[in-house]
Amino acid sequence: MPLRLLLAGLVTLGVLHQDFWLWQDDRLLAGFLPSGLAYHAAYSLATAAFWLAAVRHAWPAHLEAEAETEGSSGGRDR
Amino acid sequence: MTQFTVACAYLLALLALGLVSNRSFRRTTQDFFLASRSIGPTLLFLSVFGTSMTAFSIVGSTGEAYRSGIGVYGLMASWSGLVHSAVFFFVGVRLWSIGKRHGYTTQVQFFRQRFDSDALAFVLFPVLAGLVVPYLLIGLLGAGSVMQALTAGAFPDAFASTGGGVPPWLTGLCVTGVVLTYVFAGGLRAAAWANALQAGVFIATGILAFVVISAKLGGPETATQAVLAAHPEKLVRGEALGKLHFASYGFIPLSIGMFPHIYQHWLTARSAAAFRPMIVLHPVCMLLVWLPCVLVGVWATAALLPDGSLVVPPGSPANSELATMVQGLTGPVLGGILGAGILAAIMSSLDSQLLAIGSMFTHDVASRLAPEGALSDRLKLRLGRLFVAAVACAAYLCSLAEPRSVFALGVWCFSGYAALFPVAVAALYWRRATALGAIAATVTTVLTGGWFFHASGYGSDPSPLFLGMLPAAAMVAASTAALVVVSLLTRPPSERTLERYFPA
Repeated sequence: MPLRLLLAGLVTLGVLHQDFWLWQDDRLLAGFLPSGLAYHAAYSLATAAFWLAAVRHAWPAHLEAEAETEGSSGGRDR
Repeated sequence: MTQFTVACAYLLALLALGLVSNRSFRRTTQDFFLASRSIGPTLLFLSVFGTSMTAFSIVGSTGEAYRSGIGVYGLMASWSGLVHSAVFFFVGVRLWSIGKRHGYTTQVQFFRQRFDSDALAFVLFPVLAGLVVPYLLIGLLGAGSVMQALTAGAFPDAFASTGGGVPPWLTGLCVTGVVLTYVFAGGLRAAAWANALQAGVFIATGILAFVVISAKLGGPETATQAVLAAHPEKLVRGEALGKLHFASYGFIPLSIGMFPHIYQHWLTARSAAAFRPMIVLHPVCMLLVWLPCVLVGVWATAALLPDGSLVVPPGSPANSELATMVQGLTGPVLGGILGAGILAAIMSSLDSQLLAIGSMFTHDVASRLAPEGALSDRLKLRLGRLFVAAVACAAYLCSLAEPRSVFALGVWCFSGYAALFPVAVAALYWRRATALGAIAATVTTVLTGGWFFHASGYGSDPSPLFLGMLPAAAMVAASTAALVVVSLLTRPPSERTLERYFPA
């Protein structure tokens, strides 16, 4: 997954967080879960799925390699 | 009395865990503060999650849902699932890589060396440490309220002024003592083990509390129908919560990118792969903790006892709603177990916060101010522990003052950290960022945060707004502007510094 796609996904999820169409919706899902709460619970699961795709397809592997290179002597404190 | 005994047994178990982990402690500052960079994926995930779930998430979420309804989940939990994981992905992994490469131990050490400035370290440290005190305070206030409500009527003679419940000052004293003991015994390794244990305990007890409370209320459908009849406004977001106000809560979770204890955990990771479960599972764990708490908080507005009276009567003490529901609707043993779970969530944050600032004090203040070679490793360890004890005492003394809403206090504290977050992003991604720019952003955070906090009556206004948004939005914008403008007006960092942090 290219970085641009990752950022586009993030922005889309940010926009979808604003569920203004459910603001005053008093319907209950399964008889007990208010629709606004059910939406955000599902949103949390969708977010986890998004991050699963991100760590699988856009993982910054180069950072692992960089971590193994020796740091400059100025990096360490006394 | 049974609740009190079960909670005490849990505290003793934690002390035992601290003593066991003391056997693995190598008695060096590197082991005490970083567990010798040996924390694997499971322990890192559980300990970071345990650390980031505070009294704010358990007690504060229930209390806020009781006051304002279901909207609190969208304000904090779903935003945090997205933003926290984004910060772990974009900031945490990169910081771990730089930290491992250069052998960093603390957050302030990273910023000092990245910007090549002792002045920045001396400006940043007091701000980060100062913001930890209200963070600790959230935990102590939450623990005090929970124990008082859970043990109400158990000690009518000893604690008449609190209705026979254990007074908050005593709970705060015990919790502070237990946390300090196991942190002193085993350092970060003990804290990581304790956090992992406590994350498991509070997720399990939270789900148990939800199942038992909903069963006692006649099932989730009956509980929600009672709210629909008595307080339908709690099941929607209504006009009181503006759209901009709702959106501006997205700034609050940025705070995780500047929490000293989260940096400490990131730096302890054995490998970058250790971050993967944390990034993916964090939103799910937020759901598991927040959804039951929000539902219980909303149900509390209409839940009745067999005699027809409300389980949580109007005017109940702030932060006590969850414990009052547990106490009123479950038996004493289960109530004690659930109480221990709530205490677990609270204490799992206190330990890491204390260790992180102790570590920064040792490495970034004491070691820098003392003449070269004057401090042995053992003396540094002792100084770090003394500082940790002093901060814990300061937070404890503050907790004795007039109690505030845990939720409101948490939002203020997180706003401060969130406003510092642009400094972290600039340090990792913007080559042109300068030390003076970072100092300007830090000073701007203090000034704007101080002004907004003063204007809100020092937290007594539960929902202060600026241009229809949380003050955090304006604070982040102001600190970003200060960082960018001052950086562009000052001399760029040296090529040597840039090569170190932005390898070709």
